[in-house]
Order: sequence, then C-alpha cells, then structure tokens
Amino acid sequence: MDKFFRRLFGNKQSSDKAQDVINTAPLTEQQIQTIVNNQNPRFDLQQLVSSCGQSVGKQRELNEDSLLALTTTMAGNSGNLPFGLYIVADGMGGHQFGEIASNAAIRTVAGYVLRKFHPYLFHVKTDTMDESFQEIMQAAVSEAQRAIQREAPGSGTTLTAALVLGQQITIAHVGDSRAYFVYPDGRIEPITRDHSLVKRLEELGHITPEEAANYPHRNVLYRALGQGEILDPDIFTLGFPQPGFLMLCSDGLWGVVAEQDLVRSVVDAPNLQRACQNLITAANTAGGPDNISVVLVQLIG
Amino acid sequence: MVVKHSTANYNLQNRRNALETRIFPELSDDRGDQGSPHQRQLQAGITLAHRYSIQEVIGVGGMGSVYRARDMHFPNVTKLVAVKEMINTAPDPLVRETIVQNFEREANMLATLHHTSIPRIYDYFTLDSRSYLVLEFVHGKDMEAIINEAGGFLSEAQVLSWAIDLCEVLDYLHKHKPDPIIFRDMKPSNVMINHNGSVMLVDFGIAKTFQSGIKGTMIGTEGYSPPEQYRGEATPSADIYALGATIHHALTRRDPRLEPPFSFVERPIRRINSAVSAEMEAVVNTALEYSPESRFRSAADMKQALMAVARKTGALVNIGPHTGSRVVNSGVKPLWSFKCEDEIRGTPTFFEGALLIGSYDNNLYSLNAADGKFQWKYPTDGGIVSRPALFEGNVFIGSEDKRLHVVSARSGKVVWTYYTNGPIRSSPRIAEGHIFIGSDDQFLHAINLNTGRMAWKFETADFVRSTPFVMNDLVYTGCETGDYYAVDFRGELKWRFRAKRAITSSTVATPQTLYFSSMDGTLYALDPRNGWVIWRFRLGKASISTPCIMDEMVFVGAADGFIYAVETKSSKEVWRFRTEHQVNGSPVIYKDSLYCGSVDGNLYCLEYRTGRLRWKFGTEAAITGTPLAYNDIVYVGSTDHQIYALLA
Repeated sequence: MDKFFRRLFGNKQSSDKAQDVINTAPLTEQQIQTIVNNQNPRFDLQQLVSSCGQSVGKQRELNEDSLLALTTTMAGNSGNLPFGLYIVADGMGGHQFGEIASNAAIRTVAGYVLRKFHPYLFHVKTDTMDESFQEIMQAAVSEAQRAIQREAPGSGTTLTAALVLGQQITIAHVGDSRAYFVYPDGRIEPITRDHSLVKRLEELGHITPEEAANYPHRNVLYRALGQGEILDPDIFTLGFPQPGFLMLCSDGLWGVVAEQDLVRSVVDAPNLQRACQNLITAANTAGGPDNISVVLVQLIG
Repeated sequence: MVVKHSTANYNLQNRRNALETRIFPELSDDRGDQGSPHQRQLQAGITLAHRYSIQEVIGVGGMGSVYRARDMHFPNVTKLVAVKEMINTAPDPLVRETIVQNFEREANMLATLHHTSIPRIYDYFTLDSRSYLVLEFVHGKDMEAIINEAGGFLSEAQVLSWAIDLCEVLDYLHKHKPDPIIFRDMKPSNVMINHNGSVMLVDFGIAKTFQSGIKGTMIGTEGYSPPEQYRGEATPSADIYALGATIHHALTRRDPRLEPPFSFVERPIRRINSAVSAEMEAVVNTALEYSPESRFRSAADMKQALMAVARKTGALVNIGPHTGSRVVNSGVKPLWSFKCEDEIRGTPTFFEGALLIGSYDNNLYSLNAADGKFQWKYPTDGGIVSRPALFEGNVFIGSEDKRLHVVSARSGKVVWTYYTNGPIRSSPRIAEGHIFIGSDDQFLHAINLNTGRMAWKFETADFVRSTPFVMNDLVYTGCETGDYYAVDFRGELKWRFRAKRAITSSTVATPQTLYFSSMDGTLYALDPRNGWVIWRFRLGKASISTPCIMDEMVFVGAADGFIYAVETKSSKEVWRFRTEHQVNGSPVIYKDSLYCGSVDGNLYCLEYRTGRLRWKFGTEAAITGTPLAYNDIVYVGSTDHQIYALLA
C-alpha cells in the first residue's frame, strides 16, 4: 500500500536527495572518485580478477620466493562458480636451498589441488566431492611436506595458499608469509598468524610490538614446510570480502612497508596490475632487503 | 582429516609403511628422488656390508628407516643390532654433501659416549646414496607410542621414574668433557623404554645449522623446545625445558607439537589430569619456566626435585587407581516440574508467560512458565516429538498422527490442521508467509500461512525428520537417506548434497555456512550457495543432534556421549565433554553457559568457552529433547514424563 501511494504521489524524500547531490565545479576529490568508481565495469556474474608481482629486491642476488596465481570459473549445471588458487612461498635462505623448497611447495600444492578439482573443472560432474576444501588443502600441504623432505632435506619454506571457490576462501598457512583483507575504506586486516618466534614472543607479552620491530631474530620460524615430523598448518575458511581485496605476500613486502602504505598502494591504484606494481616499488624504495612477492585478488559482481 | 587427528594418522602411516615393505622388495637406489623413503626400504634377508642381515623395519623417519638386523660376524649367537638408515634423495650435490656431514657428526659423537641410557655405536658406513649407523638394539618401545597406546593417563609414578632416569642421562651429557653435549631434541619419540622398563635416549642426529641474518631453521623439535633454542642458543637449560615438555606430554597426553609454542602455562597438568600431585606439577612448571634462569640450574637439581616428589607422594611405591575428574551432582533443585502421561522427547517453546510442549501422550501442553501450573492441553492423535513454532498468537505443531496442527496459543483451540501422508517428526519453520515442514511421507511441505493450503511439496528420497532451515530465499533440509537439499521458494531443487548416512539433525547457519550433523558420524560445514563442503569434523559416533553456534564455535552432541565444541573457521576441536551416554538432544547456549541433555538422564550446564562443568541435574530417564533457556530459567523435558524448570 505504501509503495502504491508513493508511486501515485511521487517520492518527496528521494527528490530532495537528488538536489543534494547536484555537482558544481570544481569537483572534490571524493566526487571524482565517485565518478571513477561508477565508470568501473559492472558484471552480471560474480567473477574473480587477480594480478601478481615479484622482485628479487635490492640486496639479494637470488630469488627464493615462489608464487602462483590461477583464476578461472568452474562451469557447472547450476551456473558458473569463480575458482582461484593463489600461493606465495618464501624459501628459507642460505645454504638450506630455499628456492628448491619454495618451488617444490608451489608445484606440489597446486598440482594436488588441481588434480582434485580436475573432474569438476573439465568434466560435467554432478555428484558432490567426497572431501572438503579444508581436507584437500591439508592433504596438499602434507604432500608438499614430503616432497620437500625428499628433494631438499633440511630446507624449509613458508607457504600461504588460498583456494577460492564461490565466495569461500580456504587458507592453508605455515610460516611468516601473510594473507590480508584490504578494504576500500582504508582498513587492512591480517588474516594469517605468523609462525615466527618474534610473533609468538609478542603474543606471550614477552616483548612489545616496538621491540618486535627491532628484534634481532625476526627471521626465525618455529613452523615451516619441510621442517619437523608433524606439520600442523593453519587451515581455515573465510568469506570473500566484498567490497575488498585478498592480498598474499612474503615478508619482503609486509616487513618493510607500513600497513597504511600497503592499503594506499592497493586502494589508490586504478587496477590490480598497477596495485601490485606500486607495492613492489614501495618495498624496493624502502631498501628492498628481501625478495618480494605479492598476489592481489578481487571478487567482483 | 582434521588436524587434531594428525598424531594418530602419523602412526597409522608408519604402520602402513611397514606393510609396504613387502611390496617393494628390491633394493633400488636408481628410483632416484621419486617416492618417499619407505618405498625404497631394504628387504628382509639383504645383507649390508657383508655383515648386517636385515630382519625387519622397526621405525620410519623422514629420511629413511631403522631396521633390526643380525650381526653375521657372530655366527654362533644371535647378536641383534639396530641399523639406522639415511637415504640421500636430494638431487642437488651441495645438499647431498651437507646431509652426509651431519650423519657423520652423529656417529662421531656417539662414539665418545658411554652410559647405560645411551645406545652404543658399533659401526657406520655409506653405500651410494645411503648412509648407515649400526647401534645397540633396544628391546622395547618408544615413549610416544606408549603414551598413544595407553587407554588413559599414564600413572604419575611411572612417568616420575622415567623422568628421574632421563635427568641422570642428561646430567651425564651436560658434564661431558671437554665440552658439554646438549641433546637438543628431548621428546617422547626419542626416548625408548626397554624391556626392563629403563630409558634409552636415541637419535643424536640433530646438527647445528643456525645462521643469523637469514630465515633460520628450527633446531630441535617444535613444541618441546624452549624459546631460546629458536634463537640458536643451546644450553643444558634447553634440555631441561624439553624434558619438562616431555613429562608434560606424558602426564596430559596433549601433544605439544599440535599446540602453539610455549603454551604449557595455558594447559596446567592438573586441570587435564587431576590425578597428578601438586608437587609433580610444580617440578614440571619449574622446568618449563620461560626464562632459563628460573628453571633448574642443572639436570642434577631437577633429579633431586623429582626424588623429593617421589618421597612425598610415595609415588614410587604406591600406584593408586586413576580417578578422573569426578563430578558432584551439585544439588540443583528444580523450580518446578510437571508430569505428563508419557515421555517428553520434544522441545518447549515460550509464549507470553506460557511454556508450550508436546508429549508422547499425544497432547500439546500449555503451562504457566513461572510455576508450572497447567493451563490447557490440546490432544492430537499421535505422539509429539518436535518443537512448536509460533506466529501471531498461533502455535504450530506436527504430530505422528500425520497432521500439522495450528492452535490458538492462548486458548488451545484448533484453528486449522494440514494433513500429510506420514507421521510428522520434523518441527515447523515459519518464514516468508509459509510454513515449511518435513514428513515421513518423504516430502518437504510448503504451506500458506494464511490459508493453510499447500503451496508446493518437494519430493525427497526418504523420511524428512530434520527441521527445514530458511535463508537467502532457499529452504534447506536433510532426509533419512543422507540426501540434503536446497530448494527455492518455488519448490525447485537448487542443489543437492549427499552424506553417507541419514541427516536427522536440523541445520543451523551463518550467512557463510550451513552446519548439520549426520548419522555417518560427521559434523558438516557447507557453502549455502552451492553445497560445496567447506570442512568435515569427525565425531566419535553417529549424531542426530542439531548444532548451535556462538562466538565462532559450533557445538554438537553425538552418540559417543560427547558434547563437542569446534571452531567454525578452522574445524579444530576446542573442547569435548563426556557424558555417561549418548547425546541425542541439541545443545543450547544462554549467557555464558551451554545446556545439553544426555541419554544418561542428566541435564548438563557447561561453561561454553571451556567445556568445564558448572552443574548437572539428574532426571529419572533419558533426555533426548533440547532445553529452552529463557529469562534466566532453563526448561527441559525428559523421558521420565516430566518437564523441569531450573535456574539457569
């Protein structure tokens, strides 16, 4: 009934509002942003977009990071589902053959996950999968653990992997690479917990965050892929931030660029490719002490 | 499977590996870097270095196996040795070289040691890509296996006597000349208990490979090592900490590798195993002190402290039976109770000061919630096992007489009824102008709320006993074949999922996730939009209990008698609480308590964050329904025919 009257007599409230937003030159920064945002393409269907970037940094000769970004859709009888797999691995340095480890980690995890989803990606399969997202990620990490112990015993790597299916992000995480949610309003939220000595000491209250920033053993991990006989990765599932970005990166980025600068680099960029470039540049400008890897993912529509 | 099972899986793996020995009989170094070490184990009967005849695999590690072998240089007696193998699978020559060096370091160190708790070394050699240590054979089992295989907690006396022996051997190592030897890797799996019950420290293979400035590797084993060891400092004090961690593990059966590092403080021994003496706990706590200065000054000091515990508790002579955390029925008295003619298996609903509940005596009762006084009853022609729903002064209830009854909540007068072709055990769900309800006629019914007429019905594979759940324009329900359906508001299937057994449990959900349990013994988390499985959590047995959600935890009961709390994000178990019988009803949370009935007849009140028991209330028969907590009162029906009101 309410709607009926509104239709008859027009909506006074909304016409008032329309007058409020009449723009006069010069436009404010915010108004320009609104126009720019409105020009962004819209999509009927939900889809993933992603970009990534890597740099050896300014002080290392060898790149021991490895990275994978794979974005597609899963075509099914009940519509298309966004599907993505994103991995950052940071090999532990020096004579321990970190690059072999990080490489093996990426290959093994991606290979395992894609084999599991192969029938759903490339065949019409109607019955539901027997395993859950978290079980697949757990098994993939265990397989990578074995692969590293075989190919480079004694070495190790961090691993932060994100499997995106629909609106669910399932993370498998070991070490001190990180996954973040970055929101357009300027918030940034780390969603992984570093398995580093310094972080643990900070959690226990033995050192303050300020002390942590200058702690001499910042690189020591208490949990890494390839190390230890029982590996207990963090595995969890979260909803994709909308609006927002999923960002994976190695400590070559988050360790040298302040959080607020990370957000700016992402939010201010016109697209994800530029955002990744900005992030790499920021890390190198800050000295580039370590290898830098970053992946950015957005779910649009 | 989920992470908490990884210890068990690890052992399973070992056992399976041992079996596979026979499938890969030949010694084939040329298999290169494919397959894990166990696939290239030595076959029984092979003789190494013309001397050691391999008999059996006795252990599998990350880099090779440990075998029992016979030393053929003693042809007239059976001299057994342990042959520890290290397979160098690394393709990179530099990696290979490092590995061999580490191996030789272990051999050389062992050659200088003489102690009854340290296996003697007889020989070492390298053949192609495999290196071998020949060691004294220990008849026995490692402590980790003993902990895992024990049905319950090991006795304090038992652990105490091992701890004293371990202090002795550590003291020997720490006093080694010219330089003290730091074991660096004290943990249950490196402690063998031989056939005499004495301890043997095995595996001296840890090499110092720490460099500052690069991402450091870990020295020692995660979970058992002290903070300073991660910084590359190895001191006698680090071994003392790891021994403390080992004792903690043995007494609590909580594997520290599955917990955050340095978190022993958060798991006090006596809270997990109340049979342990306060004195023993104090010694372990001292060994586990965060800063090395606060720990025992030496292994000898720790041994003295343990001896004092033994004298005080008489632990070494008096091995008492284990008494778990006994629960006292804390004398909770009901505010009131009301007796029906038959069992109450359903769940109450609250409406304007009245409690509405169905009974197996066919009646729907309205009671004064304050004092339990009878207000009215409405007779159906069948038992009522579900929970009434309310809408605009009317109460909706299904009955085994195949009908959905709509009754005025104030007067108990019938408004209309709706007939299905089978008994109704599902509770009605009211949403978007419709009532959704399942029936044993195998249909999910959508009924117009105003007219009482069927809008549509959706055919499933079997009885629908789970209560439909409505969210985002979809109706979700399970059925007794294990099929689970998402149906849109036109009654058309959106997606389907299949569990291995019946889904009797109803669904609860957040916008991101659906949760329900199944008779296949699994708690499922599904994506509401497409039915993909986010995670599965293994319950000990089948479940028909409907989960409840609070603070990123999901709670559910199972027929194994446990109430489980599981993290929604990671599917990790937060706690579990054992009742004396099946938990078929559903838990509910009110304020900071969880209430749940059990077939043992009790209503349990637990602190929901920790699973600690606050109180329990015994009824005279099984509780299979779900309690209702409202206005600081908790109401629960029992199969002793009564409904009880208790202070929450």
